[in-house]
Amino acid sequence: MNPAAALRDAGLAALVAFGLFAPLVGLRTDVSPTGGLFLRTRWTDVAILCGLVFAGRFLLSLWTGRRGLRPTAGPTPWTARLERLSTFVAPALLGLALVLPFIPGVERYELDIGILVLTYVMLGWGLNIVVGLAGLLDLGYVAFYAIGAYAYALLATTFGLSFWVCLPLAGILAAFWGVLLGFPVLRLRGDYLAIVTLAFGEIIRVVLINWTSLTGGPNGISGIPRPSFFGLPFDASGDPGTFAGFFGLEPSPWHRVVFLYYLILALALLTNWVTIRLRRQPLGRAWEALREDEIACRALGINVTTTKLSAFALGAMFGGFAGAFFATRQAFISPESFTFIESAIILAIVVLGGLGSQVGVAIAALVMIGGFELFRNLEEWRMLVFGAAMVVIMVLRPRGLVGTRTPTVALGQKRAISGDLVSEGHG
Amino acid sequence: MAYALQQLINGISLGMIYGLIAVGYTMVYGIIGMINFAHGDVFMVGAFVSLIALLLLQLGGVMDGTAAILLMLLFSVAVTALYGWTTERIAYRPLRGSFRLAPLISAIGLSIVLQNFVQVSQGARVKPVEAVLSGGVEVFREGDFAVQLSYMQMLIVGTTLAALAAFTVLVTRTPLGRAMRACEQDRKMAALLGIDTDRTISLTFVIGAALAAVAGTMYLLRYGVIDFYIGFLAGVKAFTAAVLGGIGSLPGAVLGGLLIGLIETFWSAYFSVQYKDVAAFSILVLTLIFMPTGLLGRQEVEKV
Amino acid sequence: MRTDDRPERRDMILEVAGLTMRFGGLTAVDAVSFVAHRGDITALIGPNGAGKTTVFNCITGFYRPSDGAIRLHVPGALPVELHALAGHEIARAGVARSFQNIRLFPGMTALENLLIAQHNTLMAASGWGIGAVLGLSRYPRAEREAIEKARRWLDATRLIERADDPAGALPYGAQRRLEIARAMCTDPSLLCLDEPAAGLNPRESDELAQLLLSIRASGTSILLIEHDMGVVMRISDKVVVLDHGKLIAADAPAAVRADPRVIAAYLGQDEPEDTAA
Repeated sequence: MNPAAALRDAGLAALVAFGLFAPLVGLRTDVSPTGGLFLRTRWTDVAILCGLVFAGRFLLSLWTGRRGLRPTAGPTPWTARLERLSTFVAPALLGLALVLPFIPGVERYELDIGILVLTYVMLGWGLNIVVGLAGLLDLGYVAFYAIGAYAYALLATTFGLSFWVCLPLAGILAAFWGVLLGFPVLRLRGDYLAIVTLAFGEIIRVVLINWTSLTGGPNGISGIPRPSFFGLPFDASGDPGTFAGFFGLEPSPWHRVVFLYYLILALALLTNWVTIRLRRQPLGRAWEALREDEIACRALGINVTTTKLSAFALGAMFGGFAGAFFATRQAFISPESFTFIESAIILAIVVLGGLGSQVGVAIAALVMIGGFELFRNLEEWRMLVFGAAMVVIMVLRPRGLVGTRTPTVALGQKRAISGDLVSEGHG
Repeated sequence: MAYALQQLINGISLGMIYGLIAVGYTMVYGIIGMINFAHGDVFMVGAFVSLIALLLLQLGGVMDGTAAILLMLLFSVAVTALYGWTTERIAYRPLRGSFRLAPLISAIGLSIVLQNFVQVSQGARVKPVEAVLSGGVEVFREGDFAVQLSYMQMLIVGTTLAALAAFTVLVTRTPLGRAMRACEQDRKMAALLGIDTDRTISLTFVIGAALAAVAGTMYLLRYGVIDFYIGFLAGVKAFTAAVLGGIGSLPGAVLGGLLIGLIETFWSAYFSVQYKDVAAFSILVLTLIFMPTGLLGRQEVEKV
Repeated sequence: MRTDDRPERRDMILEVAGLTMRFGGLTAVDAVSFVAHRGDITALIGPNGAGKTTVFNCITGFYRPSDGAIRLHVPGALPVELHALAGHEIARAGVARSFQNIRLFPGMTALENLLIAQHNTLMAASGWGIGAVLGLSRYPRAEREAIEKARRWLDATRLIERADDPAGALPYGAQRRLEIARAMCTDPSLLCLDEPAAGLNPRESDELAQLLLSIRASGTSILLIEHDMGVVMRISDKVVVLDHGKLIAADAPAAVRADPRVIAAYLGQDEPEDTAA
């Protein structure tokens, strides 16, 4: 594209930017000491922003020509290179995850991030069953996360049951709610299903905030028992009945953190294993067939409703497990952790992963959550950058990072199928 | 009785605001089949821009109530329409096509961007403003309770009706309106017939944003306080209204808005304020389960 | 073609009685009654808009009829009232179908498409998911048998070379054949095909006709909607003609071809004329 046209594009863009930024950035409303509002001017900021837009658009026009940034789907040269490495990527990531606590230089902070990333990986894998495999658009996944967390918290604090007893109960309860919520709405078309699940998520959050007698309201539930190593508590005392005492180690909070890390890793790997197994079973194939063409499924005798419900319930169960883990890790939960934004982030992870791919979801979670943590020092700008990144990534790779789907069975060689052919589902 | 009448008046003025926002949702859904997740936040931007306009006018010494409101509206509509146009160009147009999930995530990202942009540029605190137009008429009296119809409420209803009337004329009488309806029915065919579908869709977003700006100004004047989060809640309720009335139906959006406004007002008056949002969400769920086409919507038969 | 057509000798497989379908104010199908016999190829023809696909959709459970009954006759048991069944139950009862606009699973391979058709058998063998995840021994054998059946049908439809190719990437004719193979993998007693010859060139139509004849020979009855008169006349045992939602003829192909009402319907003449055959 010739520089003159690029300059004109940039000029127009800067003009639009001025119209956008001058009122809201240039004139800031502040509360004066007397309680009223007054305006503060920040014209230099507006000038800088317009300048940035000008320069950015100029460079973009020069580089990409008239079209600007275009979405790509399916395999591209980049993803093709990644695919070739893909046989190494999954084992490499797994290996890294397994030995992370023992890598020199990894402190409490890094391990905490690791736990956070793995939590989102597990949530992503759970939602992947619903959205990636079955093609059902669920915007309220956080509801099951919350149900699992609160179920665990209430069971543990009220009945004093151990983590290993509460965990399956939390999962079953979440799955039960998944069926209950899913049953009336699963015949809805895609967008409507999305909105209804969003509404469910919000209803549950509002109920959690207001049903104070059960859930503690906005104060949440605290004093949730900390995890123990199969009966050995992680005490600082070093007594023989504690973890440190039993293994003859110096008591340290590090032990509990490492235990939590391997716990979430195990839970996530369980989710992954079940998903991979089911994909090769008729149920998993039915989920994917549902995503491709629901009407054809019906014509082949597949009970679409129960198939959808099974995806929903299983996804909910893993969400519940993750919630139980969250509760025991934090020792305190409140409705603030279960907002719509969480559902949106988990969905973004699944969509960014692409085509129901397990590895894709893991990488997407690593990139999004890890990236979010890395930009800690941006503070209030962090969410803004995060939202902008979501938009940019979706425009560039609308089908996600992974470009192909691998079939689960073949007469000869399993050959990867281009993402262009794979359906996104219609709810 | 008087209490109920007051709630009725309050509910209607609130419902008109929801209706204006709902029209934006239903227009965009009708023409590109997408739920514009960021529309509620465009409404929020509209409210903030009119706040700034108001402060500018006060600085400039414009004290006359009606003139100030008119100028606020013009300013807000102009700027917010620009926001609407920009959001469509950046986040939605590149994804127009067979992608289903990406536009949704893009819209959610955009919603996050708008909320945080306003939060960062204007500060996270709530912004209170003095009443521009106060006073009203006493409509009814029952003992000690006087049913007030404030000038503000009359203004809201009047402005909303004017905006909707102008909008209806646009859709039914002008070439643009015909182009919009053509694109809604069959976009490919409309393009083949020479309609500039890109421009039509852009203008749909712009008009939706303009109506949202009017709603934002009315909201600011009615409640006197705004913050960067009002978009999400108002957005979901307005979307509920659009669905209730039948997505794709413009009169349905207005009707739905009125119903939601009335239900919310009566619920918080007679039951509980805390759960009033749950009332809106529950209506959404029930409507979609039992009446997916809404009150005035079209029955869709799937061709096999 | 059959020469012995005394009705009482051949059993019915499908009985359509007074079928009526109304969409709002429009009556698409008006009291249509006909019978398809076991082991026959029955063709449903008529001008566009006659209601053929609507009848089809009623039979295969995609529309609920406004009135009338559709019965599937099963030897040794009571007839199954298809009009009262949910969509997927009709397939389980032994009625399979293909679609006018091909509905394959495009992002899955041909083989995967055929395995999904055997979903119910495989689900039963897998202990409804849980057993198979834990590695129950019945499932691997059931899957092997399913793959064998798929292989046989891929051979029969000359798709074996493309078994591992994504269905969405197959050429049009191959996609049509795959849809038929997929329907056959459900072991239906009645195969319903919606315009299987649409878009096929003469050679492909020929091959399709051969395929359908071989399917009939193996014991499956066929009901098909078709516009290609060559295929219809060549392979059908009985032809049912619809026009404007009403049945105007149901007879052997030769009789239907000479029927003045049928000719009038297709050619749009007001008066039936004497025609040379």
